[in-house]
Amino acid sequence: MTTPQAATDYATDIVKNACRQYNNDASRMMDILWCVQDALGGIDTDAMTVIAQQTSGYRVEVEGVVSFYSFFSSQPRPQVVRIYLCEDVIDQHAGIAEVAAVFERTLGIRIGQTSADIPVELHWTPCIGLSDQAPAALINFRPFTRLTPDKAEALARAILAGIAVHELPIGEGEGNNSKPLINVEVANNLRLPGAVYFAPHRPLSGLDNAGRLSPAQVRHEIRQAGLRGRGGAGYPVWKKWEAAATTASERRFVICNADEGEPGTFKDRLLLTEKADLLFEGMTIAAYAVGASEGILYLRAEYRYLHAWLNHLLLERRRQGLLGKAIRGMENFDFDIRIQLGAGAYICGEESALISSCEGRRGEPKTKPPFPAQAGYLGYPTVVNNVETLCAIPAILSRGSQWFAGLGTEQSSGTKLLSVSGDCSRPGVYEVPLGISVKEVLTLAGGVDAQAVQVGGASGEMIGVADFGRSLCFEDLPTAGAIMIFNGQRNLLSIVHYFMRFFVDESCGYCTPCRVGNVFLLQAVEKIMKGLGEAQDIESMRQLSETIIATSRCGLGHTSPNPVLSSLKHFPLVYSSLIRENAKGMQAGFDLEQALATARAIVRRPAEVLQCEVRLQPADAHASDRLTGVLAYPLIARSGLDDYTVPKVDSTDDPSAHQEDAES
Amino acid sequence: MKKLRLATTSLAGCFGCHMSLLDMDERLIDLLQFIEFDRSPLTDFKTFRQRCDIGLVEGGCCNEENVRVLRAFRENCDLLIAIGQCAIMGGLPVMRNAIMHAEQPLNECLQTAYAPSETVWNPACRIPADAELPLLLDKVYTCAEVVKIDYQIPGCPPSADALWYVLNAAVQGNPLDLPPELIRYD
Repeated sequence: MTTPQAATDYATDIVKNACRQYNNDASRMMDILWCVQDALGGIDTDAMTVIAQQTSGYRVEVEGVVSFYSFFSSQPRPQVVRIYLCEDVIDQHAGIAEVAAVFERTLGIRIGQTSADIPVELHWTPCIGLSDQAPAALINFRPFTRLTPDKAEALARAILAGIAVHELPIGEGEGNNSKPLINVEVANNLRLPGAVYFAPHRPLSGLDNAGRLSPAQVRHEIRQAGLRGRGGAGYPVWKKWEAAATTASERRFVICNADEGEPGTFKDRLLLTEKADLLFEGMTIAAYAVGASEGILYLRAEYRYLHAWLNHLLLERRRQGLLGKAIRGMENFDFDIRIQLGAGAYICGEESALISSCEGRRGEPKTKPPFPAQAGYLGYPTVVNNVETLCAIPAILSRGSQWFAGLGTEQSSGTKLLSVSGDCSRPGVYEVPLGISVKEVLTLAGGVDAQAVQVGGASGEMIGVADFGRSLCFEDLPTAGAIMIFNGQRNLLSIVHYFMRFFVDESCGYCTPCRVGNVFLLQAVEKIMKGLGEAQDIESMRQLSETIIATSRCGLGHTSPNPVLSSLKHFPLVYSSLIRENAKGMQAGFDLEQALATARAIVRRPAEVLQCEVRLQPADAHASDRLTGVLAYPLIARSGLDDYTVPKVDSTDDPSAHQEDAES
Repeated sequence: MKKLRLATTSLAGCFGCHMSLLDMDERLIDLLQFIEFDRSPLTDFKTFRQRCDIGLVEGGCCNEENVRVLRAFRENCDLLIAIGQCAIMGGLPVMRNAIMHAEQPLNECLQTAYAPSETVWNPACRIPADAELPLLLDKVYTCAEVVKIDYQIPGCPPSADALWYVLNAAVQGNPLDLPPELIRYD
């Protein structure tokens, strides 16, 4: 039996060791916090105080970081099993609600609540990159896929029986997923290999070809290839590289953005699982081209199950001289990569927010300019590229820029990985030339009865049948690759609603139009779904959307109104069928009786139409601390009148109250 | 020429907007040649005599009576104009909505106001519950959340000039668009 003091000392030692492991460096805060949370199950105020002392900061700074990321907990619970159920719209359609109900029932805990009795927690979390095998969940960051109520019950019972998470029964993983260092039941679901990413590549042929060129020549090759960023925005890669290379500095960085958080996207999962060596080769070439000697792979926490595998590959590369000093015998070319684990924040997919996170801070976007390529990580020129972008580099250097430029369309060269999910018979990853039409993708994936396709995830565009002939490329429909297919059974407004809720949750809160405006948009969607919307609500949604887009400083706010705007544009009938004009100039959205319900309960005054019995609640132990008019009656915060019974005025008024009135 | 009938009211406001109305000074007398006041604090009529051309509403809705008055105005006025920040955005009263994230917001609001403290003598811990008092709404609503509003005149309060300009334009049959200098506050 340990004394409280001993327990405190133990925790303090753990925290101090964690800080020491990272040289008490505040910029490694993310790693320190993960280290503490892994050992103690959470980071409480005491731990934050110690971390702040060790890293010469303030406790509130540490708390600011802990509270920003959804996977950090401020409640230490050693040995806790944390179950994160994916609440994404694809998982909802695949039946995550039934799975969640089984987990709740079997474990005896509610989602979002913690129980002192058993060390298990249930949480919702947005897309975890497994939409092609939904419904899915992470249990202590180990993915479990294609969940059914039966499977959920078996898992819950095993957890209750004390079976360790890494020993829970799983199906067989595909490809590298079955390797001991990964060992998860994830399927790769590569449906269509293409010319760039999944074509045979002679390892290091790209790097060796790059080594024969000068860094400037490598940058020129990339420019000639017309490679554009695969993260969604399509910014020309060579421009970032050129800016970073030509900004005078003693240090430069190459960061790989593996924070694939856009709902419905999972192609980076496949690349990280099967093509990580290609990625590291691409990062190495990028480092050579811009003169960087340090690289960071920013891995989203949802892909933490790949952490050990990727670290192993990095070790292998160091051993083979592919990382470290004088790579491949090239004098003056030193480069190494470390993995930075995220902690659950969609916004960290934005490059400047990602850099903030790498620096150990809240993942808030930075003001641009300066752009990361000029002053990024720790103020040094930094190239941030997506996993898919960097994976294309070795092929370009190996097979030539002309070959790459010949693929795809004029302004969108190369191939693109699509993450296809939803109502189709063959969900998975497709490598297709850019410029392919939505219709062709639907045919490939077997999405025969599609009513709508969400191109580019939550921040993308929802299109209808009339637009299925459009092309997936930067000239027409730009996308980071998420293709979510919805058939005629799906309620499009509830999909829009989910996406807006997602943005409300994921807004970092820095810009008011984004923090507040998205809430208003969400409320407007809810109003319309309830059938209380009026024509002017549509107009005000449009205006509000414009304001959010124009006045937010990062991509989240620039795109968050898209679910509303694109569904309004392509599915106007969905809205207009729910809109009605209210008679006599009254607003349908305002319900007087509902607005009065709370006050009626507090002052015990019934609606005139009601004749019902009073049912008093016994006063509780803290009654004397509160007001008499308040304490004796249960308040129902969101009550309709049916929720409680109210007294008739005359029969139930407290006689002593009258007495007091008379006295005063 | 038929006079325009005008009704005014102050809901959850401070009567500052009505002070601005009085602040038109002698112009009010000129205006009376063209306008007749119906229900208004100026006439002290508590109900509508006739249907009105214009209703001016000061203040938002914080209690049941505010809502009933506002609805009566909507039903009895052709044009309904919200005047002042409280009517348009909720103004000062809407600050109580800042606690709407509390579990029991209204309860907390009343606690804050009436719980015994160094400055509140309330030994019996009572809150006002007299049947004469209108019931509080769960939160403060702007006028446009409750009924359709045709025009809004911003300001805290809108200047007498702004109110005069609008009423004058209505009398002349001109469009009710305020020149920017009348709604500039910096």
